[in-house]
Amino acid sequence: MSGVLIIFFVLAGLAVFGAVALILQSHPIHSALSLILVMLSLAGLYLLMGAEFIAAVQIIVYGGAVMVLFIFVIMLLNAGEEERTNFSKLASFAGVPLALALAGVIAAGVARSSGHLPAPSPTGELTSTRELSKLLFSEFVYPFELTSFLILVAIVGAIVLAQREHN
Amino acid sequence: MVPTNYYLILSAILFGLGVLAFVFKRNIITIFMSIELMLNAVNLAFVAFSQAMGKPDGEVFVLFVIVVAAAEAAVGLGIIILTARNRRSLNVERVDLLKL
Amino acid sequence: MPILEHLWIIPLLPLLGSAINGLFGKEWPKSTVNAVALGSTGISFLCAVEAVREFLAGGSESFRKEFFDWIVAGNFRAGFDLQLDQLTVVMLLVVTGVGFLIHIYSTGYMAHEGGYYRFFSYLNLFMFFMLILVLAANFVLLFVGWEGVGLCSYLLIGHYFLKKSAADAGKKAFIVNRIGDFGFMLGMFLLFRTFHTLDFNALFAQATPLPHEAMGQFGTLTVACLLLFVGATGKSAQLPLYVWLPDAMEGPTPVSALIHAATMVTAGVYVVARSHVLFTHAPTAMYMVAIVGCATAFFAATIGLVQSDIKKVLAYSTVSQLGYMFLGCGVGAFGAGIFHLMTHAFFKALLFLSAGSVIHAMGGEQDMWHMGGLSKKIKTTFICMLFGTIAIAGFPPFAAFFSKDAILFSAYNSEAGGKALYTVGLLAAVLTSFYMFRLIWLTFFGEQRYDEHHVHVHESPLNMTVPLMILAVLSLTGGWFAAPALWGGKDYFAEFLSPVFGAAEAGGGEAAASLEHVLSLVAVAAATAGLLVAWRMYSKKVERGTSTGLHKLLYNKYYVDELYLGAIVRPLMWLSENVLWKVVDAGVIDGTVNGVARGAASVGDTVRHTQSGNTRSYAVWVIVGAIVVLAIIFWPILSPAVLGGGR
Repeated sequence: MSGVLIIFFVLAGLAVFGAVALILQSHPIHSALSLILVMLSLAGLYLLMGAEFIAAVQIIVYGGAVMVLFIFVIMLLNAGEEERTNFSKLASFAGVPLALALAGVIAAGVARSSGHLPAPSPTGELTSTRELSKLLFSEFVYPFELTSFLILVAIVGAIVLAQREHN
Repeated sequence: MVPTNYYLILSAILFGLGVLAFVFKRNIITIFMSIELMLNAVNLAFVAFSQAMGKPDGEVFVLFVIVVAAAEAAVGLGIIILTARNRRSLNVERVDLLKL
Repeated sequence: MPILEHLWIIPLLPLLGSAINGLFGKEWPKSTVNAVALGSTGISFLCAVEAVREFLAGGSESFRKEFFDWIVAGNFRAGFDLQLDQLTVVMLLVVTGVGFLIHIYSTGYMAHEGGYYRFFSYLNLFMFFMLILVLAANFVLLFVGWEGVGLCSYLLIGHYFLKKSAADAGKKAFIVNRIGDFGFMLGMFLLFRTFHTLDFNALFAQATPLPHEAMGQFGTLTVACLLLFVGATGKSAQLPLYVWLPDAMEGPTPVSALIHAATMVTAGVYVVARSHVLFTHAPTAMYMVAIVGCATAFFAATIGLVQSDIKKVLAYSTVSQLGYMFLGCGVGAFGAGIFHLMTHAFFKALLFLSAGSVIHAMGGEQDMWHMGGLSKKIKTTFICMLFGTIAIAGFPPFAAFFSKDAILFSAYNSEAGGKALYTVGLLAAVLTSFYMFRLIWLTFFGEQRYDEHHVHVHESPLNMTVPLMILAVLSLTGGWFAAPALWGGKDYFAEFLSPVFGAAEAGGGEAAASLEHVLSLVAVAAATAGLLVAWRMYSKKVERGTSTGLHKLLYNKYYVDELYLGAIVRPLMWLSENVLWKVVDAGVIDGTVNGVARGAASVGDTVRHTQSGNTRSYAVWVIVGAIVVLAIIFWPILSPAVLGGGR
């Protein structure tokens, strides 16, 4: 068992633990904190694969911005523990099997087809930040500019939606 | 070296857990968070493939996914705030005006 | 050869006239409508004459031209092909010439009637279809004309469509024609199946070398000919489909003259004559044609003996004379049948138009028992009608003497019961002479049986009398083509048609010639006998007795219409109402449509439960969909596991 593998399993275990906690916790704030745990472990996994830039972006944007936003909203709305209503019979009976089936289909498909791929290398000459930015600003410059536009739209939308009502 | 398969199976498991949370939880915000979980699982798969095949295209796509997820979170939370004000509850099953 | 290259002009002109009058004629004054209608028909007649002249100048070569492809399916081709040969020449001149004269007459007769523009539009349309019929070079195009004249007959019979009897008569004509058309179509299908073409030249060329079918044997050609003949009985009003023609007298008199005397009803005879190649190969069919023709001639003549409506007498007379034409064709004398067709067109049109003139003079009265003593009051009409009557009775030197004589002579000489056919035909001639002269005496002589104060008898205007006079001259001279044969010369008419029908019936030497003389004298004697009996019975004071016994039977047309009503019409209507309407239409068709609607509604009712309004169940459906899509995408990878049952 190489060290890398051990680190992988640790981080993977943390991620799965966080995800399971997200489901089992009843208070949304606890679920949010579990999600942050998942994201941090995923950032660790990215580092393990050699995608440092992505790991950094993950922590900064996801962990530092999106999750903070979630927590703000939870506090703003004074969300309490979750109610235990169960109006949908379908969801209660078919929900678990279907979710497991979905995961199973994906896992099976993925497992069978990618056995021949080489392992991700941590050194990453071809996928360094330099190469990434070269690609981003040459081939993908149009989508890149569009995303800035998208963010603008999102900002405007969020402000309009969350305004106080004018009486 | 960790084989690519492991990352992908982890991605599948996380995605499945995200779906499970989506179906099970009743709080709107928690459901939203499960969507973020699913997106993260997908990001993991993208990065794994990208590193395995040595092409940075996958990571570029991950960047875009993160951006879109952020934008979506912003707007979605705005909608959630509005809905919570209207229905005075964060329980998704209470938003049932279209029920027959 | 300019006109022959553009033969389509001849039918096209009346079509244009019909369209123009039909679309715009409602607002125009009568003179404009007349100009369009008469102009188109008249020019068409001139073009026809020119075409004939070119035809004769070109050595009387049979001319055929294909103008455009209409139906092309596999090896089968039916095009808009027109042809001109001697038979077509006769028909063409009769149709356009007599048609033109009747158009002129109609401008006078219909002057005070409603629907003036409509009348001329339909009349022109009829000319178009009839010309298509006679010019066609294949059965399919002929059938277009066949159906079209039936349609125009319906439209024109029902010209006074607000009158129930007229509308019913139009319907009856169309429906009875349809029955005949069904037989005609079956005949066409059979011919197509046998010869794979419906083009006249090609079909007849294929049929000529075939062996003749034996008498009594119902081979393919016999059945096809019999089916075609069924169509002819419908269109030409023979037994048993003649019932529409007397009812068709509800239409205006020019219609009766044109359609039900001179042209449309002769279409059946034309078809039989055109298909003579097929008929001569099927003696059984020819024999049937002769028998039906002969029987009809006699049968209709008996009914005409006692009718009181002047037009009904002429209608039954038409049916009877058509029987003669079929008798002629049935015994192989196709030329004689066509000859009688031509002379009949002249004198029957003359008779109908004269009757119309009488009706017009009497202010609309059609019952002969309310006429009488008109000979001095409407002299021109009387003279013309007299010409027509002498012609139809068969007195020489008028036209029908030669044509009827030729038919009876050929009947006498034919094998298989020729003598019987001759006898019945001769009897019918006696009856014809009788009822026609009865008509003359009842209408024009004797005492006045009408009230002078109510009816102002006046002669018809020139536009009605001039066509009458022209037709009277033709009734006298129309047969002179064949006259020289009587004293050993040539029968020019038969000779003219010989390229079509084969060599004229051989003279057979002296013995045959003298036999013909004897038979001619017998025919004249028969006509005279009828004349004398009529004179005896009707020239003095007449009283209308009560109708009993045989008279009643004949007056009520042997109750044939009532028989058809009870035996055919009522059961069909019962079937339509109870089976086709209630069961098939309301039950099956409506039931299926409504059932589909109900099914859709119930499916919707069931499926709507997925729209529960609950977000979580929607989420589950989304996951179901996602699983399905992913399974489809991953199927090539997953299938070995799923199907192979493990790695």
